[in-house]
Amino acid sequence: MKAKHQRLVLIVIAIVAVLVAVMLAMWGLRDRASYFYTPTEVAAGKAAVGQPIRLGGMVEKGSIQRLGDGVTIRFRMGDGTGEVPVVYRGITPDLFREDSGAVAEGRLSADGTFVADNILAKHDERYMPPELGNQAAEHQAAKTVEK
Amino acid sequence: MIAEAGLAALWLAAALAILQIVLAFGPKQVRLVAAGPVRSIAIVEGALTVFAMAMLMWVFERTDLSVLLVAENSHSAKPWLYKVAGAWGNHEGSMLLWVTILGLAGAALAIFSRRLDTKTLTAALGAQGALALGFFGFLLFASNPFARLNPPAFEGRGLNPLLQDPGLVFHPPTLYVGYVGLSVAFSLAVGALLTSRVDSELAKAMRPWVLGAWIMLTLGITAGSYWAYYELGWGGWWFWDPVENASLMPWLAATALLHSINVLAARDSLRAWTVMLAMIAFSMSMIGTFLVRSGVLTSVHAFAVDPERGTFILALLAFYIGAAFTLFALRSGKLSEGPRFELVSREAALVGNNLLLTVILGIVFIGTLYPLFIEALTGDKLSVGAPYFNAVAGPLALLLALLVCVGPLLNWRGDSGEKLKRLIVPALVGVTVVAIAIVTMPGGLLSKAGLGIAAMLAISAFLPLVGRKLRRTPLSTWGMVIAHFGIAVTLVGMAASTMLTKEVLTAARPGEQVQVGPWLVEFKSVAPTAGPNWTALEAELRASRGSGVTVLKPQARYYTSPPTETTESAIKTVASGQLYTVLGKPAEDGRWQLRLWWKPLVTLIWLGGALIALGGALSLGGRAWRGLRKGRER
Repeated sequence: MKAKHQRLVLIVIAIVAVLVAVMLAMWGLRDRASYFYTPTEVAAGKAAVGQPIRLGGMVEKGSIQRLGDGVTIRFRMGDGTGEVPVVYRGITPDLFREDSGAVAEGRLSADGTFVADNILAKHDERYMPPELGNQAAEHQAAKTVEK
Repeated sequence: MIAEAGLAALWLAAALAILQIVLAFGPKQVRLVAAGPVRSIAIVEGALTVFAMAMLMWVFERTDLSVLLVAENSHSAKPWLYKVAGAWGNHEGSMLLWVTILGLAGAALAIFSRRLDTKTLTAALGAQGALALGFFGFLLFASNPFARLNPPAFEGRGLNPLLQDPGLVFHPPTLYVGYVGLSVAFSLAVGALLTSRVDSELAKAMRPWVLGAWIMLTLGITAGSYWAYYELGWGGWWFWDPVENASLMPWLAATALLHSINVLAARDSLRAWTVMLAMIAFSMSMIGTFLVRSGVLTSVHAFAVDPERGTFILALLAFYIGAAFTLFALRSGKLSEGPRFELVSREAALVGNNLLLTVILGIVFIGTLYPLFIEALTGDKLSVGAPYFNAVAGPLALLLALLVCVGPLLNWRGDSGEKLKRLIVPALVGVTVVAIAIVTMPGGLLSKAGLGIAAMLAISAFLPLVGRKLRRTPLSTWGMVIAHFGIAVTLVGMAASTMLTKEVLTAARPGEQVQVGPWLVEFKSVAPTAGPNWTALEAELRASRGSGVTVLKPQARYYTSPPTETTESAIKTVASGQLYTVLGKPAEDGRWQLRLWWKPLVTLIWLGGALIALGGALSLGGRAWRGLRKGRER
């Protein structure tokens, strides 16, 4: 093999490698990316049961219930137009409270309850997940309109 | 006055950067005499940026509340260490630190790269000046850290408590030295393309920079991983958070570059490829900076930022990466081919290493940016996390670890594969470990395969030393052996802690006992306590395993400025792993939430990271020492 041919072979291999990376990534992303839904969308049945998704909205006032084991909570996540019951086993983040924004990561079960593996809340005064930023603003807007 | 002095230094440095570019890329008559002045300018520019950074740290140390940045991010009642380190615990300050290291890297390039031919060095310094100018502009026009607040604030707003940790002192500067140290490789590559001198001399000049930056990146990532592990209280050591990926991507590219640069230095092969990798590596650093600093991401690292800044960084990014790759496209065709090599040879194995690293880099890159693209295109919001990265990148990483067993045993140019017979024993050990893991351990196949491959690598890493006189083996070979062994150590830690971790989440009354793995943990009490700028509830846990009692005190802290609650985990490290405890919320009936983990061998993850960095340091030190001795003999 001449040097020139070797170089050609290397270039072809490099291009194939990049294509393989892209194909692997696309294959992996097809069923492993978790989409973000609002309570209205989930209540309307837009989210598939059993798929990993993220649910973002406001924790409804007066909805947090603590169960007997001391580590499981139930609450309702709403966005002004829809509501989804959520169950979560774990330590809630420090700024997780009623009438405040949160994102739950988990899966929708067949009975319509969202089973959360993880809950994210507003982090501190200056930091807020972008999803929540929009959500809170929309929620505020909805409230103002109602008045 | 202090703030104004810092600002003036920045303006002056920016003006010098312009001069540097003009001298380095000006008409031929200018370039002929430019070599000396450009070097001096680079050194002065580096000194000015260090001065500006020192001024910022000074106003933070004094808590000068007439400076906007201090008022927004600091507080007079903060411990001294966090006041000073708090200078980079915010957007503007951390960008200034970035630029300071960029300036320092340029100065160091001017001082230390004497062996490189003058034309290439001058062009490289010009490129470094061009990089610096853009980011000076970003600081001065979009992120001025020295802006005044009139009238001054009465009190500052405080620093995010999650950042008030010794980790803040080491993690950002270490990582930034790694990130930005790669700029030198980028500039050298651009310089060499401009002068069409891509050869083993370039590789030898570039290698210490890449090695140094790579060591710091490795340390920074390892330290960051441990910081997140104990500070966030989630018990995880890697979350595939976009910001973590932003530091992993330059590391992957730098690792590939580190290996291809050896081919270029030793055999004068892979010229175009090495130059391209050098450009990709720093491009990844810049993309990481964009991801973290533009506010497009949600993370502890993303400070409140307005979108204008994101656009500014994106424009800089597009310009530099675009310009570099245009230059590459124009010039790379003119590079002549290097010498050939056989299909079974050290070069071929290193090409394999590079391809796998590049594919992994591509997978991480696509996974990290996919949510941004999808949201821009369709408005759908989504996140890509561990399930994707583990499933797609994990097997490739293991394949790469297998290749690490093979590559160092092959000769340059071509090899009969004779030495590969030495791999039989390690391979048998690896297969045995996998078999044992499948029979005795819970968990996925990936972790089990990982454990087996780690066992094989742990032995084969030392095979390159077989048949050599150990005392006469060069330090760089020792460095390679130790770094490769470090990979095995890290892999064992990852696989074992993933499969064998025991977790208990419960609500307990004081006096109750909880069993987690081999540990019996007694929950004694909860009592209030206080620190310099926080109050806390502190649990007392007495953990025992057979004989002896260890006391752990996890806390739930409350900071007043800004008002924030954080959990402080308490960790007991023993030889076989870590007991990790977190105090949660009180339940109404007097019980407290407790989260306990027993994580066998988890410490090996960071120990391995430190070994990998140590291997790099040995290699760097060994080469520098030999260079010095050679210099003296002349």
